[in-house]
Amino acid sequence: MTVLAVSNLAKRYRRGGKPFAAVDEVSFEIGPAETLALAGPSGSGKSTIAKLVLRLIEPDAGRIDFEGGDFLALSGGSLRARRARLQMVFQDPLAAFNPRATVARVLDDPLRIHAIASRAERPLRIAALLERVGLETNLATRAIHEISGGQRQRVAIARAIATRPSLIVLDEAVSALDVSVRGQILELLLDLQRQERIAYLFISHDLGVIRAIAHRVVILDAGKIAESGDARTVIANPQSAVGKALVAATPKLVRTSQEAS
Amino acid sequence: MNRLRRFFCTPEAVAGAAILASLIAMALAAPLIFPGDPQAIAGPALLPPFHDWSLPLGTDRLGRDVLAELFHGARTSLAVGLAAAAAALLIGAIVGTLAGFAGGLIDEVLMRVTDAFQTVPSFLLALAFVSIVGPSLGVVVAAIALGAWTGPARVARAEVLSIRERDYVAGARVIGMYPLEIAFREVLPNALPPVLALSSVIVAAAILTEAALSFLGLGDPNRVTWGGMIAEGRTVLRTAPFLSIVPGVALVLTVLGVYLAGEGVVESTAVRRSLS
Ligand SMILES: Nc1ncnc2c1ncn2[C@@H]1O[C@H](COP(=O)(O)OP(=O)(O)O)[C@@H](O)[C@H]1O
Ligand SMILES: [Mg+2]
Repeated sequence: MTVLAVSNLAKRYRRGGKPFAAVDEVSFEIGPAETLALAGPSGSGKSTIAKLVLRLIEPDAGRIDFEGGDFLALSGGSLRARRARLQMVFQDPLAAFNPRATVARVLDDPLRIHAIASRAERPLRIAALLERVGLETNLATRAIHEISGGQRQRVAIARAIATRPSLIVLDEAVSALDVSVRGQILELLLDLQRQERIAYLFISHDLGVIRAIAHRVVILDAGKIAESGDARTVIANPQSAVGKALVAATPKLVRTSQEAS
Repeated sequence: MNRLRRFFCTPEAVAGAAILASLIAMALAAPLIFPGDPQAIAGPALLPPFHDWSLPLGTDRLGRDVLAELFHGARTSLAVGLAAAAAALLIGAIVGTLAGFAGGLIDEVLMRVTDAFQTVPSFLLALAFVSIVGPSLGVVVAAIALGAWTGPARVARAEVLSIRERDYVAGARVIGMYPLEIAFREVLPNALPPVLALSSVIVAAAILTEAALSFLGLGDPNRVTWGGMIAEGRTVLRTAPFLSIVPGVALVLTVLGVYLAGEGVVESTAVRRSLS
């Protein structure tokens, strides 16, 4: 059984008048409560795949099956309704929210849009969501720009889980955070996955982070899949040139793998 | 608070604010100080200013109190100027947001309509509209707004085009928000500051347009207007120039005040923006 199955996905852009493939013949699957990491150097097409999977942009070719249905066939109201099951966390938690929003409003929107709770119940739901991601409930009345980056990313996660999704796409979701905060957020993600059986499409250029959270990894190079497999195996012994370069570019990785052994 | 302090740091802004404040005071006080009909005869005709202290600015051709007319005229000028500018900003913001956010055919159509309105001189547009529909305060407001909304629409569209690429708009789509709600609740409020920065210029232009319409006899006939007063005074320009000069000076000061205060606001917020 799979939550998400992507096959032969392609997206072409034009660069200097010439078309080039930002994503080229990419296929992968994610099972329930599984974390698949997308790794690759900057510009290898990771964010483009995230946007395609979320239907923020449309592919030029390929197929996306989500929870057993053709996700690309949905449009309008049926697509909006389905979005409850497929959520996203962005890299920059400040840019990811309306600058005028409060924490409560950010969490209220998904509950209201998908009619998950009545107006009277929503404040309680919001408090429960905040607690779930390890935040004080009195944070609800604060403006988004008043809270810290780590708190903001927790709010982003709370928003993503508000609609009880089966898959969350995280595009460099911990890359902008301090190292100490990063560890806590990864803990939170692992905990949520265990409890709610959420699958993650986890995008990162940092193999150390991927090693800590992902079950499997897909390494991209210029829009194509260079290699894929079990995260620890691939990171311990990369076969492709990009894979080797990525491992070499992650000095911390060497240390943590020594510590682990 | 800080912004307010910065606003009062520039002498132009203070002058503008002072002019505006006295104008608003005049407009508000008009029915209290001059409770009667300002268009009623108050004394002998063509009394020069500063001769009779019960009629400090004298009387016009028909013996009406010029000071009372000036106060009541301030009401009309301000009301029309503010209402027309508010209408223009509202229409412009909505059209610009729809065009910028929807893109494609909707954008194309809306921007062609905006082009069409922009190519017709706005005063001609107002003139034509009032002569067809007939002069009343509401029609004058609509006529002025009709020629003034294109600027705000363009600015709003440009701003929306950049905002709609931001992550938080993608985030709103991801949570399944309805596109119109994204456009008007998420995008529009954040696109407003540069649009609102146009308001002083629009209010000033609206006040001038109203005066010009009234001067041509196309203002609301039941209201005293400065433009109407200037037109009245024109017939006796040689013998009683003050009848045109007094409302003329009021008009110039008002436009100047609106402009200076507006610039002050823009400047004080701009500094704040570049600091943050
Ligand atoms: N809207 C776009 N128009 C043109 N080129 C784009 C667009 N979005 C992404 N690209 C290009 O596609 C490639 C992949 O980008 P992206 O998916 O953002 O990479 P990554 O997230 O792995 O760094 C890059 O070369 C980028 O310049
Ligand atoms: Mg990226």
